[in-house]
Amino acid sequence: MDFGFMAQTTVALLSGLPLTLELFVTSVLAGGVLAALLAWMRAGRVPGLSALAAAYVFVFRGTPLLVQLFLIYYGLSQFPEVRHSVAWPVLRDPFWCAVLALALNTGAYTSEIFRGALAAVPTGQVEAARACGMPRLTLLRRVVLPIALRQALPSYATEIILMTKATALASIVTLKETMFVAAKLNSETYRAIEVFLCAGAIYLVLNIAIARAVALLEWRLSPHLRRAPDALPGLDTPLELGTA
Amino acid sequence: MIPVALSVKDLRKTFGALEVLKGISLDARQGDVISILGASGSGKSTFLRCINLLETPDSGEVRLGDEVIRMRKGRDGRSGAADRRQVDRLRARLGMVFQNFNLWSHMTILQNVIEAPVHVLGRPKAECVAEAEALLAKVGIADKRHQYPAHLSGGQQQRAAIARALAMRPDVMLFDEPTSALDPELVGEVLRVMRTLASEGRTMLVVTHEIGFARDVSDRVVFLQNGLVDCDGPPADVFGTGGSDRFKTFIARHATA
Repeated sequence: MDFGFMAQTTVALLSGLPLTLELFVTSVLAGGVLAALLAWMRAGRVPGLSALAAAYVFVFRGTPLLVQLFLIYYGLSQFPEVRHSVAWPVLRDPFWCAVLALALNTGAYTSEIFRGALAAVPTGQVEAARACGMPRLTLLRRVVLPIALRQALPSYATEIILMTKATALASIVTLKETMFVAAKLNSETYRAIEVFLCAGAIYLVLNIAIARAVALLEWRLSPHLRRAPDALPGLDTPLELGTA
Repeated sequence: MIPVALSVKDLRKTFGALEVLKGISLDARQGDVISILGASGSGKSTFLRCINLLETPDSGEVRLGDEVIRMRKGRDGRSGAADRRQVDRLRARLGMVFQNFNLWSHMTILQNVIEAPVHVLGRPKAECVAEAEALLAKVGIADKRHQYPAHLSGGQQQRAAIARALAMRPDVMLFDEPTSALDPELVGEVLRVMRTLASEGRTMLVVTHEIGFARDVSDRVVFLQNGLVDCDGPPADVFGTGGSDRFKTFIARHATA
């Protein structure tokens, strides 16, 4: 293997990283908002809304992301109504098509994570809050969401790691992100092993950073799940993260 | 004459086809300590939970001080609170202690105690912290204030839950089987705290299986049987000649158990 070439390749690939990150952050944020809305619809008592959200999750979780991306990018433009609508400047742009597909897809998965986390909030703790006269919104903000968030974090970390990898699909719709650059380099040099090893390494490092960040957040939010401080004095610093 | 702190009239509650409460009335005067006894399924916990509307009664009236909880029938024929804000306001005056403590697991003991005074009553935090620390000292767990509920024994958690309820300065305290989830050796520490509260003249409704507490501490014993009040009176009467045969059978079974 030619390490000089791999170093060059890595530098070249890093030029695609900002777009990868942009796709990732935008779609995770939009998907998160969508997921919160879907989870709220599922948890509510309005039968129509709940069924609608369930159907949405069924469809978007049950079909390949690539199919959804092609339908949005290639499919929507076939309708004159779409081409003449106010949404066209957005739907014409491959970046927003990719973000839309990624967000709609992750929204479906994440809403299930949120739904599970909300359902797992102990009823007794909710009752205790109601029993002292806590209004609904305060109860949501002070008790339900903090507990649900802590329960959702591990699965949510997995979902957003899947998302960083899913951004690679955007290369197919002409976006010059990391994977696009890798495919281009490969077709120019035919050195697939080096090029794709470097590309894989970039995603790996990115995901290690994300996993660590979420693990740190989880650690900071859950002192109640660790042993009592007086039983284990060394746990005030996050150094033991690896063994925790 | 001592004013009535809490008045319940003809409370009824049905779960599906099962009529759990068949019309229960009870008046608690200020400073009354009332023990509510009854076999499992007699409706005693449901009765307590209907008072602060954790369960919605089908009919009947709950009055706290001079304020009646306003109810209305929904379109589906089921009853519900007419004014949620009124319910929240009255709940804030009814301190509740649960069988399973139900402390908020993500907050320290101190945070648990100041949570509702700060975020429901809107009182200044510093003042609430000072009061919370005094309450935790009173129930004997001041040293645990920065620990989380999971780090405490059941008895300590229940004492923290009592401190949390007291922090709201409630007019009436509702205890829903406060010692039933505890190991036998931890029951005593919780009962001691409850005895102290009783001796301070607090108004308390205690659903319990602790016959000793009912007999020695309470001013009144109410025995529920199949969703109705079977007998009601001062412990000396009820445990003496005034109790019904069913109450005597219940006590005999508990004494041998």
